[in-house]
Amino acid sequence: MASLKVNGKSVTVEADASTPLLWVLREHLGLTGAKYGCGIAQCGACTVHVDGQAVRSCVFPLDAVGEDSEITTIEGLSEDGSHPVQQAWVELDVPQCGYCQPGMIMAVAAMLEANPDATDEDIDYEITNICRCGTFTRVRDGVHLAKTKKA
Amino acid sequence: MADTIQLSRRSFIVGTGAAGLTIGILAACSPGGGETEPPIANGPPPPEVNAWVHIGVDDVVTIRIARSEMGQGTLTGLAQMVAEELECDWDKVVTEYPTPGENLARDRVWGDFSTGGSRGIRMSHDYVREGGAVARMMLVQAAANRWAVPVEECSALNSVITHTPTGDTVRYGEVAAEAAALEPPADVPLKDPSDWKLIGKSVNRLDTPGKVTGKQLYTADIVLDGMLNASVRAAPMRGGTLGSFDASAIADMPGVQSVVQVDDTAVAVVADTWWQANQALQALPIEWQPGEGSDYSSSAFEAELEAGLTTTGQTFPGNMAGDVETAFAGAAQTIEASYTVPHQNHACMEPMVAIAVWTPERCEVWCPTQNGESALAATAEAAGLPIEQCDVHKQLLGGGFGRKGAADYVTQAVLIAKQMPGTPIKLLWSREEDMQHGFYHPTTKARCEGALDADGNLLGLKIRLSGQSILSGLMPQALMNGMDPYVFQGLLPSGLDPRAEDQTLKYTFPALKVDHAMRNPPVRPGFWRGVNANQNAIYLECFMDELAHAAGRDPLEFRLAHLQDSPKLAAVLTAAAEGSGWGNEDGLSRGLSCFYSFGSYTAACAEVTVDEDGKLKMHRIVAATDPGYGVNPQQIDAQVAGSFVYGLSAMLHQEVTFENGEAQETNFHTYPSLTINEMPDVETIVMPSGGFWGGVGEPTIAVAPPAVLNAIFAATGKRMRHLPLKDQALR
Repeated sequence: MASLKVNGKSVTVEADASTPLLWVLREHLGLTGAKYGCGIAQCGACTVHVDGQAVRSCVFPLDAVGEDSEITTIEGLSEDGSHPVQQAWVELDVPQCGYCQPGMIMAVAAMLEANPDATDEDIDYEITNICRCGTFTRVRDGVHLAKTKKA
Repeated sequence: MADTIQLSRRSFIVGTGAAGLTIGILAACSPGGGETEPPIANGPPPPEVNAWVHIGVDDVVTIRIARSEMGQGTLTGLAQMVAEELECDWDKVVTEYPTPGENLARDRVWGDFSTGGSRGIRMSHDYVREGGAVARMMLVQAAANRWAVPVEECSALNSVITHTPTGDTVRYGEVAAEAAALEPPADVPLKDPSDWKLIGKSVNRLDTPGKVTGKQLYTADIVLDGMLNASVRAAPMRGGTLGSFDASAIADMPGVQSVVQVDDTAVAVVADTWWQANQALQALPIEWQPGEGSDYSSSAFEAELEAGLTTTGQTFPGNMAGDVETAFAGAAQTIEASYTVPHQNHACMEPMVAIAVWTPERCEVWCPTQNGESALAATAEAAGLPIEQCDVHKQLLGGGFGRKGAADYVTQAVLIAKQMPGTPIKLLWSREEDMQHGFYHPTTKARCEGALDADGNLLGLKIRLSGQSILSGLMPQALMNGMDPYVFQGLLPSGLDPRAEDQTLKYTFPALKVDHAMRNPPVRPGFWRGVNANQNAIYLECFMDELAHAAGRDPLEFRLAHLQDSPKLAAVLTAAAEGSGWGNEDGLSRGLSCFYSFGSYTAACAEVTVDEDGKLKMHRIVAATDPGYGVNPQQIDAQVAGSFVYGLSAMLHQEVTFENGEAQETNFHTYPSLTINEMPDVETIVMPSGGFWGGVGEPTIAVAPPAVLNAIFAATGKRMRHLPLKDQALR
């Protein structure tokens, strides 16, 4: 039994301590926004926030999550899709298949929270998520649009 | 029969895990509908107006989409086609997929479900538009009947019918039920393209909102009541089979419910959660039996591909024109070059996944598929049930790229579910399984030879393709006297076969010989976005660049000199070159390419620099495409940029190599995909010239790699002829 704080709510889960956070979220808490893509922290489809930091939850074991840690998933980024990054994504039609986009959005949201003036160089350095549909040109445009919405 | 599958698609409820949330399955089945449910006011909702259109009393228009959505935007494009003729309020449009079972039961009223070859719109535009027009005519007729006026006095716009003489109006939702009771009209005129308002307009996708909130469900996100999770492993070596496994060794692991043999080749662990299933699978002792192909080595196969380049043994002629041997005999200069393209995997972000429920009476599947009807056929065969007792509920694909036209994972899910009657089984492949059991982009080499006269005119061209045939691996019945015509995609002569007319060579050469030495490794090939256009464009367009330089001519001028019979390809090439500033001396090195495939004319001009250490920077690619009609230009732009990522990922980084029959690249760490820091700007010139329907999702993939390779040469003077570039020195 582990206690967690997810999207502002305290929850308890019955899962082995080594279970990655991704699978705790998906299979124990019904939060399926974060996706499985590789299982080895390469693709970023599983990205969520732990205390505001973007982490790849597929390799983040449950017992590494502190009881007081604030976990935020795409479902908790905003109540109604109104986060600036989500708004920018809708406006520019960034997603194609969309499978990687919850992770992409969480990575971008964490970057902009820490660095509201992120430059193209910052984007190149920070956003390493894989998107096989190839949405990168719109992801970049979306980051810059989200910056103006956030300001 | 289990309760879970007695319920209809529209009514059953999905429970999720320990949180006890319930989510209507409709959200998963309504790809563009978000959370909107078809309207139910007082009493039952109106019946559909026709197979393509349902209108609720609140005017919500549900458009049925037969083709699959995998990111390419076809769902929105097809809805635009129906809505154009329907004259409905676009803001009230939602979409849903009819099931292949419904299609079968209704005598294939929705036509072909298959979604590949960039055919989704171009092969269904006529009957889809007609579906919208028929519905509109029935709605207008219903209004005229209600008013007892001649139908000619009524018109429809924005989901409102107006009786012009009196100004009376009625909403679609008010007459939908009456319209549904009418006989469909026999004569259905369609709008002239010049009258289109919605087709050709950049509208936002219908399916975006759910993709940014996490609410969009993919197959792996669906939880059925009482469902268990499975992870599978098939023999990792080509041709291998399952020898034995020791289920007792993992019986006590957490959550494990069952260990089942899937077929001759695979074993699956079924557990409460997928994580538990996959953990147990990794601990399961398995012995494999090697078979034919289990000793296959990519590096050893290189020699066979090489031999094919010069063999005087059997080859298949693909395109022969003029007298090539005389042309070469009289040449002032001949040049030759050889190129290589390795195996590549699709590596969709969403690994293979399917949910199946089997009972002795019925089998149902939920899965991402590019071909609902073949997934249904595979379901029925694996279930051992008549096809009428099976159905497939198509889900949004987390990428397809050709991989999910195959139904191997559907078959596996059903074979597992069949061993646990009544229990829904969700089978999800690990990424490692996905890398090991792909339908790989075929490996080929090409040897190109060109003959030039003293003035730099091309006298003759020979292209010898050596390597793998997709058709011989996947559908040998489609071979033509042993020849795979599709190997010559984009290099074919016009007039060979009407079905291949959209994949023909648009250059005119005085003498030409294109042939194929078939060399098939024991690796199953597949249709990989762009298919054989990928390598054929590299072979042709990189060699055209080599010829132009050998002739001392400008690569743009040299190409245009051979495009006299294809003004459309010349137009896109010129547009891309001019858009990029071809000939500018601004420190950027430029490379060109153009190609015709999937019925569309495409060109690219790449702008790169290569620094002294050989590090490549792709600054920008200006692309131009003429797909005939452009349904949603902003989505064409998205497809062009996306196709470049797919093609350039392969050019830069990706190959699947086999040793001892096993793929050596097992995940994204050894099979990297292009990331945002490598991504060039893409400027897309959409220039639909009208009068034909070309594809969008695939054609442009072919032009990015040759344009970049030619630009690298312009920067360095060094030809890069073997893919991927990976750790090769550019200088």
